[in-house]
Amino acid sequence: MSDDIRGLTARLAEEPSSLAFLELGEALRRRGQLEAAYKVARGGLSRYPDLADAHDLLAHILGDQGDLAGAFDAWVEALRVDPMRTSALKGIGFLYFRAGDVAAAREHLQRAADIDPDDAAITQALARMSEAGRARASASPAGQGIPVVAPQEAAAEASGDNTDHGLLLVDGNGLRLSGHLRSGSLGDVGDRVAAELAGVSKEASRTTRLLGLGTWQTIAVESPEANLFLLAPTPDTVLLTIRETSLPMARLGLIAERAARDARAWLGHQE
Amino acid sequence: MSPANAALVRVTQVPGVRGSLLISATDGLVVAERLMDGIDGRAVAALAASLVQRLSRAAIGAGMRIPTFVHLRGNEGSVLAAPGQNDLVLVALTGLDANLGLARLEMLDAVGRLN
Repeated sequence: MSDDIRGLTARLAEEPSSLAFLELGEALRRRGQLEAAYKVARGGLSRYPDLADAHDLLAHILGDQGDLAGAFDAWVEALRVDPMRTSALKGIGFLYFRAGDVAAAREHLQRAADIDPDDAAITQALARMSEAGRARASASPAGQGIPVVAPQEAAAEASGDNTDHGLLLVDGNGLRLSGHLRSGSLGDVGDRVAAELAGVSKEASRTTRLLGLGTWQTIAVESPEANLFLLAPTPDTVLLTIRETSLPMARLGLIAERAARDARAWLGHQE
Repeated sequence: MSPANAALVRVTQVPGVRGSLLISATDGLVVAERLMDGIDGRAVAALAASLVQRLSRAAIGAGMRIPTFVHLRGNEGSVLAAPGQNDLVLVALTGLDANLGLARLEMLDAVGRLN
Protein backbone atom coordinates (compact mmCIF):
# COMPACT_ATOMS: atom_id res chain seq x y z
CA MET A 1 0.00 0.00 0.00
CA SER A 2 1.47 3.37 -0.97
CA ASP A 3 1.96 6.13 1.57
CA ASP A 4 -0.71 8.38 0.17
CA ILE A 5 -3.34 5.66 0.22
CA ARG A 6 -2.27 4.63 3.72
CA GLY A 7 -2.53 8.24 4.87
CA LEU A 8 -5.94 8.76 3.32
CA THR A 9 -7.21 5.46 4.74
CA ALA A 10 -6.07 6.52 8.20
CA ARG A 11 -7.69 9.92 7.80
CA LEU A 12 -10.98 8.34 6.78
CA ALA A 13 -10.82 5.88 9.67
CA GLU A 14 -10.31 8.72 12.13
CA GLU A 15 -13.05 10.82 10.65
CA PRO A 16 -15.51 8.68 8.69
CA SER A 17 -17.70 11.67 7.86
CA SER A 18 -14.89 13.55 6.13
CA LEU A 19 -14.66 13.96 2.37
CA ALA A 20 -11.34 12.11 2.33
CA PHE A 21 -13.14 9.24 0.62
CA LEU A 22 -13.08 11.26 -2.60
CA GLU A 23 -9.29 11.46 -2.65
CA LEU A 24 -8.91 7.88 -1.46
CA GLY A 25 -11.31 6.51 -4.05
CA GLU A 26 -9.58 8.43 -6.82
CA ALA A 27 -6.13 7.33 -5.63
CA LEU A 28 -7.25 3.69 -5.60
CA ARG A 29 -8.81 4.04 -9.02
CA ARG A 30 -5.64 5.49 -10.48
CA ARG A 31 -3.68 2.56 -9.04
CA GLY A 32 -6.10 0.15 -10.67
CA GLN A 33 -7.53 -1.10 -7.36
CA LEU A 34 -11.03 -0.77 -8.71
CA GLU A 35 -12.88 -3.01 -6.30
CA ALA A 36 -11.44 -1.15 -3.31
CA ALA A 37 -12.13 2.19 -5.00
CA TYR A 38 -15.73 1.10 -5.64
CA LYS A 39 -16.27 0.24 -1.96
CA VAL A 40 -14.83 3.56 -0.84
CA ALA A 41 -17.01 5.50 -3.29
CA ARG A 42 -20.13 3.58 -2.28
CA GLY A 43 -19.38 4.19 1.38
CA GLY A 44 -18.99 7.90 0.74
CA LEU A 45 -22.20 8.06 -1.28
CA SER A 46 -24.13 6.45 1.55
CA ARG A 47 -23.14 9.45 3.67
CA TYR A 48 -23.36 12.07 0.93
CA PRO A 49 -26.03 10.98 -1.57
CA ASP A 50 -26.32 14.52 -2.92
CA LEU A 51 -22.64 15.13 -3.53
CA ALA A 52 -22.01 15.41 -7.25
CA ASP A 53 -18.28 14.72 -6.74
CA ALA A 54 -19.12 11.34 -5.25
CA HIS A 55 -21.36 10.35 -8.16
CA ASP A 56 -18.68 11.54 -10.55
CA LEU A 57 -16.06 9.41 -8.80
CA LEU A 58 -18.33 6.38 -8.89
CA ALA A 59 -18.98 6.92 -12.60
CA HIS A 60 -15.25 6.95 -13.35
CA ILE A 61 -14.70 3.77 -11.34
CA LEU A 62 -17.61 1.97 -13.01
CA GLY A 63 -16.35 3.11 -16.39
CA ASP A 64 -12.93 1.66 -15.63
CA GLN A 65 -14.62 -1.57 -14.57
CA GLY A 66 -16.37 -1.74 -17.91
CA ASP A 67 -19.81 -1.13 -16.44
CA LEU A 68 -20.75 1.61 -18.91
CA ALA A 69 -24.45 1.53 -18.10
CA GLY A 70 -23.61 1.99 -14.42
CA ALA A 71 -21.24 4.83 -15.27
CA PHE A 72 -23.96 6.48 -17.36
CA ASP A 73 -26.45 6.28 -14.49
CA ALA A 74 -23.91 7.68 -12.03
CA TRP A 75 -23.19 10.66 -14.28
CA VAL A 76 -26.90 11.26 -14.76
CA GLU A 77 -27.19 11.33 -10.98
CA ALA A 78 -24.29 13.79 -10.79
CA LEU A 79 -26.14 16.02 -13.25
CA ARG A 80 -29.31 15.77 -11.23
CA VAL A 81 -27.43 17.22 -8.29
CA ASP A 82 -25.43 19.72 -10.34
CA PRO A 83 -26.79 20.36 -13.87
CA MET A 84 -23.75 22.47 -14.73
CA ARG A 85 -21.24 19.73 -13.97
CA THR A 86 -19.11 19.56 -17.08
CA SER A 87 -17.26 16.38 -16.15
CA ALA A 88 -20.57 14.50 -16.12
CA LEU A 89 -21.64 16.06 -19.42
CA LYS A 90 -18.28 15.06 -20.93
CA GLY A 91 -18.59 11.55 -19.54
CA ILE A 92 -22.10 11.07 -20.90
CA GLY A 93 -21.02 12.58 -24.21
CA PHE A 94 -18.19 10.10 -24.39
CA LEU A 95 -20.50 7.18 -23.66
CA TYR A 96 -22.96 8.31 -26.31
CA PHE A 97 -20.12 8.56 -28.77
CA ARG A 98 -18.99 5.06 -27.95
CA ALA A 99 -22.54 3.87 -28.48
CA GLY A 100 -22.59 5.52 -31.91
CA ASP A 101 -25.09 8.28 -31.05
CA VAL A 102 -23.03 11.18 -32.35
CA ALA A 103 -25.89 13.69 -32.16
CA ALA A 104 -26.47 13.04 -28.46
CA ALA A 105 -22.71 13.07 -27.84
CA ARG A 106 -22.36 16.43 -29.52
CA GLU A 107 -25.32 17.81 -27.63
CA HIS A 108 -23.80 16.91 -24.26
CA LEU A 109 -20.37 18.16 -25.19
CA GLN A 110 -21.86 21.36 -26.52
CA ARG A 111 -23.67 21.89 -23.23
CA ALA A 112 -20.38 21.37 -21.44
CA ALA A 113 -18.73 23.88 -23.79
CA ASP A 114 -21.51 26.38 -23.17
CA ILE A 115 -20.96 26.11 -19.43
CA ASP A 116 -17.17 26.17 -19.58
CA PRO A 117 -16.04 27.70 -22.86
CA ASP A 118 -12.47 27.90 -21.59
CA ASP A 119 -12.10 24.13 -21.31
CA ALA A 120 -9.94 23.40 -24.33
CA ALA A 121 -10.48 19.65 -23.98
CA ILE A 122 -14.18 20.06 -24.72
CA THR A 123 -13.73 22.16 -27.85
CA GLN A 124 -11.01 19.81 -28.99
CA ALA A 125 -13.31 16.85 -28.44
CA LEU A 126 -16.06 18.56 -30.41
CA ALA A 127 -13.66 19.22 -33.25
CA ARG A 128 -12.47 15.63 -33.23
CA MET A 129 -16.06 14.47 -33.19
CA SER A 130 -16.80 16.57 -36.26
CA GLU A 131 -13.80 15.06 -38.01
CA ALA A 132 -14.88 11.56 -37.05
CA GLY A 133 -18.41 12.32 -38.23
CA ARG A 134 -17.11 13.48 -41.62
CA ALA A 135 -14.89 10.44 -41.91
CA ARG A 136 -17.81 8.24 -41.02
CA ALA A 137 -20.03 9.91 -43.58
CA SER A 138 -17.47 9.37 -46.32
CA ALA A 139 -16.64 5.79 -45.29
CA SER A 140 -17.92 3.28 -47.81
CA PRO A 141 -19.20 0.16 -46.08
CA ALA A 142 -22.18 0.53 -43.84
CA GLY A 143 -21.72 -0.64 -40.29
CA GLN A 144 -18.10 0.34 -40.07
CA GLY A 145 -17.22 1.02 -36.45
CA ILE A 146 -17.02 4.57 -35.20
CA PRO A 147 -13.62 5.45 -33.82
CA VAL A 148 -13.72 5.72 -30.07
CA VAL A 149 -12.45 9.12 -29.02
CA ALA A 150 -12.39 10.13 -25.39
CA PRO A 151 -13.04 13.85 -25.03
CA GLN A 152 -10.01 14.21 -22.81
CA GLU A 153 -7.80 12.55 -25.39
CA ALA A 154 -8.97 14.48 -28.39
CA ALA A 155 -6.53 16.88 -29.96
CA ALA A 156 -7.48 19.32 -32.67
CA GLU A 157 -7.92 23.00 -33.17
CA ALA A 158 -10.90 24.57 -31.52
CA SER A 159 -13.83 25.06 -33.83
CA GLY A 160 -14.93 28.67 -33.95
CA ASP A 161 -18.50 28.23 -35.12
CA ASN A 162 -20.04 27.87 -31.69
CA THR A 163 -18.30 30.64 -29.80
CA ASP A 164 -21.30 32.94 -29.61
CA HIS A 165 -23.75 30.29 -28.40
CA GLY A 166 -24.53 29.58 -24.80
CA LEU A 167 -26.82 28.84 -21.93
CA LEU A 168 -27.70 31.40 -19.30
CA LEU A 169 -29.79 31.13 -16.15
CA VAL A 170 -30.89 34.50 -14.80
CA ASP A 171 -32.77 35.54 -11.66
CA GLY A 172 -35.71 37.93 -11.49
CA ASN A 173 -33.40 40.88 -10.89
CA GLY A 174 -31.39 40.36 -14.03
CA LEU A 175 -28.43 38.75 -12.32
CA ARG A 176 -26.67 35.73 -13.74
CA LEU A 177 -27.17 32.57 -11.67
CA SER A 178 -25.22 30.24 -13.92
CA GLY A 179 -23.95 29.68 -17.43
CA HIS A 180 -22.00 31.65 -20.00
CA LEU A 181 -22.68 33.59 -23.13
CA ARG A 182 -19.79 34.42 -25.37
CA SER A 183 -19.85 36.64 -28.40
CA GLY A 184 -16.81 36.82 -30.66
CA SER A 185 -14.77 39.90 -29.90
CA LEU A 186 -17.12 40.99 -27.10
CA GLY A 187 -16.10 38.04 -24.94
CA ASP A 188 -18.46 36.97 -22.16
CA VAL A 189 -21.65 39.01 -22.54
CA GLY A 190 -23.61 36.97 -19.97
CA ASP A 191 -24.06 39.75 -17.42
CA ARG A 192 -25.13 42.26 -20.04
CA VAL A 193 -27.73 39.94 -21.54
CA ALA A 194 -28.88 38.82 -18.09
CA ALA A 195 -29.69 42.42 -17.22
CA GLU A 196 -31.95 42.68 -20.28
CA LEU A 197 -33.65 39.34 -19.68
CA ALA A 198 -35.26 40.36 -16.40
CA GLY A 199 -37.14 43.03 -18.33
CA VAL A 200 -38.06 40.56 -21.05
CA SER A 201 -39.67 38.21 -18.54
CA LYS A 202 -41.76 41.00 -17.02
CA GLU A 203 -42.73 42.25 -20.46
CA ALA A 204 -43.77 38.76 -21.56
CA SER A 205 -45.86 38.27 -18.42
CA ARG A 206 -47.60 41.59 -18.93
CA THR A 207 -48.26 40.91 -22.61
CA THR A 208 -49.80 37.47 -22.23
CA ARG A 209 -51.85 38.54 -19.22
CA LEU A 210 -53.28 41.69 -20.78
CA LEU A 211 -53.99 40.02 -24.13
CA GLY A 212 -55.80 37.09 -22.53
CA LEU A 213 -53.15 34.58 -23.54
CA GLY A 214 -52.66 33.18 -20.04
CA THR A 215 -49.23 32.69 -18.55
CA TRP A 216 -46.17 33.07 -20.74
CA GLN A 217 -44.48 29.77 -21.47
CA THR A 218 -41.71 30.35 -23.98
CA ILE A 219 -40.24 32.94 -26.30
CA ALA A 220 -38.57 31.82 -29.50
CA VAL A 221 -36.45 34.45 -31.23
CA GLU A 222 -34.92 34.12 -34.68
CA SER A 223 -32.02 36.34 -35.59
CA PRO A 224 -29.69 36.22 -38.60
CA GLU A 225 -26.83 34.93 -36.43
CA ALA A 226 -28.54 32.44 -34.12
CA ASN A 227 -31.79 31.23 -32.63
CA LEU A 228 -32.64 32.09 -29.04
CA PHE A 229 -35.09 30.26 -26.80
CA LEU A 230 -36.32 31.62 -23.50
CA LEU A 231 -38.38 29.98 -20.82
CA ALA A 232 -38.91 30.27 -17.11
CA PRO A 233 -37.75 27.20 -15.16
CA THR A 234 -39.32 28.79 -12.05
CA PRO A 235 -41.47 31.91 -11.62
CA ASP A 236 -38.39 33.91 -10.61
CA THR A 237 -35.86 32.75 -13.17
CA VAL A 238 -35.32 32.84 -16.94
CA LEU A 239 -33.26 30.40 -18.95
CA LEU A 240 -31.82 31.47 -22.28
CA THR A 241 -30.53 28.87 -24.74
CA ILE A 242 -28.81 29.92 -27.97
CA ARG A 243 -27.93 27.68 -30.90
CA GLU A 244 -26.94 28.15 -34.49
CA THR A 245 -29.73 28.78 -36.99
CA SER A 246 -29.29 25.38 -38.63
CA LEU A 247 -30.86 23.75 -35.57
CA PRO A 248 -34.65 23.75 -36.05
CA MET A 249 -36.43 25.96 -33.53
CA ALA A 250 -38.68 23.13 -32.34
CA ARG A 251 -35.61 21.05 -31.53
CA LEU A 252 -34.01 23.98 -29.77
CA GLY A 253 -37.19 24.14 -27.72
CA LEU A 254 -36.76 20.52 -26.66
CA ILE A 255 -33.16 21.17 -25.66
CA ALA A 256 -34.23 24.22 -23.70
CA GLU A 257 -37.01 22.28 -21.94
CA ARG A 258 -34.50 19.67 -20.86
CA ALA A 259 -32.09 22.33 -19.64
CA ALA A 260 -34.97 23.91 -17.72
CA ARG A 261 -35.69 20.60 -15.97
CA ASP A 262 -32.03 20.37 -14.98
CA ALA A 263 -32.09 23.98 -13.83
CA ARG A 264 -35.18 23.36 -11.70
CA ALA A 265 -33.46 20.43 -10.00
CA TRP A 266 -30.32 22.48 -9.49
CA LEU A 267 -32.26 25.42 -8.08
CA GLY A 268 -34.06 23.06 -5.72
CA HIS A 269 -30.72 21.91 -4.34
CA GLN A 270 -29.54 25.46 -3.78
CA GLU A 271 -32.44 26.24 -1.43
CA MET B 1 -55.86 47.37 -51.49
CA SER B 2 -52.68 48.82 -49.98
CA PRO B 3 -49.62 46.56 -49.51
CA ALA B 4 -50.09 46.82 -45.76
CA ASN B 5 -53.71 45.67 -45.89
CA ALA B 6 -52.82 42.92 -48.34
CA ALA B 7 -50.24 41.64 -45.86
CA LEU B 8 -52.78 41.64 -43.04
CA VAL B 9 -55.35 39.77 -45.13
CA ARG B 10 -52.86 37.02 -45.95
CA VAL B 11 -51.88 36.54 -42.33
CA THR B 12 -55.43 36.55 -40.95
CA GLN B 13 -56.45 33.87 -43.46
CA VAL B 14 -54.19 31.38 -41.67
CA PRO B 15 -56.30 29.04 -39.50
CA GLY B 16 -56.25 30.00 -35.84
CA VAL B 17 -55.05 33.59 -36.36
CA ARG B 18 -57.35 35.99 -34.49
CA GLY B 19 -55.97 39.11 -36.03
CA SER B 20 -52.92 40.92 -37.31
CA LEU B 21 -51.53 44.41 -37.17
CA LEU B 22 -48.80 46.50 -38.65
CA ILE B 23 -47.24 48.62 -35.96
CA SER B 24 -44.48 51.11 -35.46
CA ALA B 25 -41.70 49.53 -33.40
CA THR B 26 -40.43 52.67 -31.70
CA ASP B 27 -43.68 54.22 -30.50
CA GLY B 28 -45.97 51.18 -30.49
CA LEU B 29 -48.68 52.82 -32.60
CA VAL B 30 -51.02 50.99 -34.97
CA VAL B 31 -50.34 51.59 -38.68
CA ALA B 32 -52.98 49.16 -39.96
CA GLU B 33 -55.01 46.40 -38.33
CA ARG B 34 -57.33 43.52 -39.07
CA LEU B 35 -58.60 42.09 -35.81
CA MET B 36 -61.47 40.00 -34.52
CA ASP B 37 -64.04 41.86 -32.41
CA GLY B 38 -63.02 42.39 -28.82
CA ILE B 39 -59.29 42.65 -29.42
CA ASP B 40 -57.82 46.01 -28.51
CA GLY B 41 -55.40 46.85 -31.31
CA ARG B 42 -53.73 49.66 -29.39
CA ALA B 43 -52.93 47.38 -26.47
CA VAL B 44 -51.55 44.68 -28.75
CA ALA B 45 -49.41 47.24 -30.58
CA ALA B 46 -47.99 48.79 -27.44
CA LEU B 47 -47.23 45.46 -25.76
CA ALA B 48 -45.77 43.81 -28.85
CA ALA B 49 -43.58 46.82 -29.65
CA SER B 50 -42.25 46.91 -26.13
CA LEU B 51 -41.49 43.19 -26.12
CA VAL B 52 -39.76 43.31 -29.49
CA GLN B 53 -37.66 46.25 -28.34
CA ARG B 54 -36.61 44.40 -25.19
CA LEU B 55 -35.71 41.29 -27.15
CA SER B 56 -33.81 43.36 -29.69
CA ARG B 57 -31.75 44.89 -26.89
CA ALA B 58 -31.01 41.42 -25.48
CA ALA B 59 -30.02 40.15 -28.93
CA ILE B 60 -27.79 43.14 -29.56
CA GLY B 61 -26.26 42.64 -26.12
CA ALA B 62 -25.41 39.11 -27.20
CA GLY B 63 -23.65 40.49 -30.28
CA MET B 64 -26.45 39.77 -32.74
CA ARG B 65 -28.58 41.84 -35.04
CA ILE B 66 -32.24 42.59 -34.30
CA PRO B 67 -34.56 39.57 -34.45
CA THR B 68 -36.27 38.59 -37.68
CA PHE B 69 -39.08 36.71 -35.94
CA VAL B 70 -40.42 36.44 -32.40
CA HIS B 71 -42.91 33.94 -31.00
CA LEU B 72 -44.23 34.54 -27.48
CA ARG B 73 -46.24 31.51 -26.39
CA GLY B 74 -48.76 31.72 -23.58
CA ASN B 75 -50.76 28.77 -22.32
CA GLU B 76 -53.84 30.12 -24.09
CA GLY B 77 -52.38 31.49 -27.31
CA SER B 78 -49.46 33.24 -28.93
CA VAL B 79 -48.17 36.57 -30.14
CA LEU B 80 -46.07 36.44 -33.31
CA ALA B 81 -43.98 39.38 -34.48
CA ALA B 82 -41.93 39.88 -37.63
CA PRO B 83 -39.85 43.07 -37.53
CA GLY B 84 -39.24 44.57 -40.93
CA GLN B 85 -37.51 47.61 -42.28
CA ASN B 86 -38.63 51.22 -41.80
CA ASP B 87 -39.43 50.61 -38.14
CA LEU B 88 -42.45 48.44 -38.97
CA VAL B 89 -43.41 45.21 -37.21
CA LEU B 90 -46.04 42.79 -38.44
CA VAL B 91 -47.83 41.27 -35.46
CA ALA B 92 -50.33 38.41 -35.22
CA LEU B 93 -52.42 37.04 -32.38
CA THR B 94 -53.23 33.34 -32.47
CA GLY B 95 -55.19 30.76 -30.55
CA LEU B 96 -53.83 27.43 -29.35
CA ASP B 97 -55.08 25.66 -32.48
CA ALA B 98 -53.30 27.94 -34.95
CA ASN B 99 -51.08 26.67 -37.70
CA LEU B 100 -48.02 28.50 -36.38
CA GLY B 101 -45.69 27.23 -39.08
CA LEU B 102 -47.91 28.60 -41.84
CA ALA B 103 -48.48 31.86 -39.96
CA ARG B 104 -44.71 32.33 -39.61
CA LEU B 105 -44.11 31.75 -43.31
CA GLU B 106 -46.90 34.11 -44.34
CA MET B 107 -45.66 36.80 -41.98
CA LEU B 108 -42.05 36.57 -43.11
CA ASP B 109 -43.15 36.68 -46.72
CA ALA B 110 -45.54 39.56 -46.11
CA VAL B 111 -43.04 41.65 -44.19
CA GLY B 112 -40.46 40.97 -46.90
CA ARG B 113 -42.86 42.40 -49.50
CA LEU B 114 -43.39 45.50 -47.39
CA ASN B 115 -39.66 46.24 -47.16
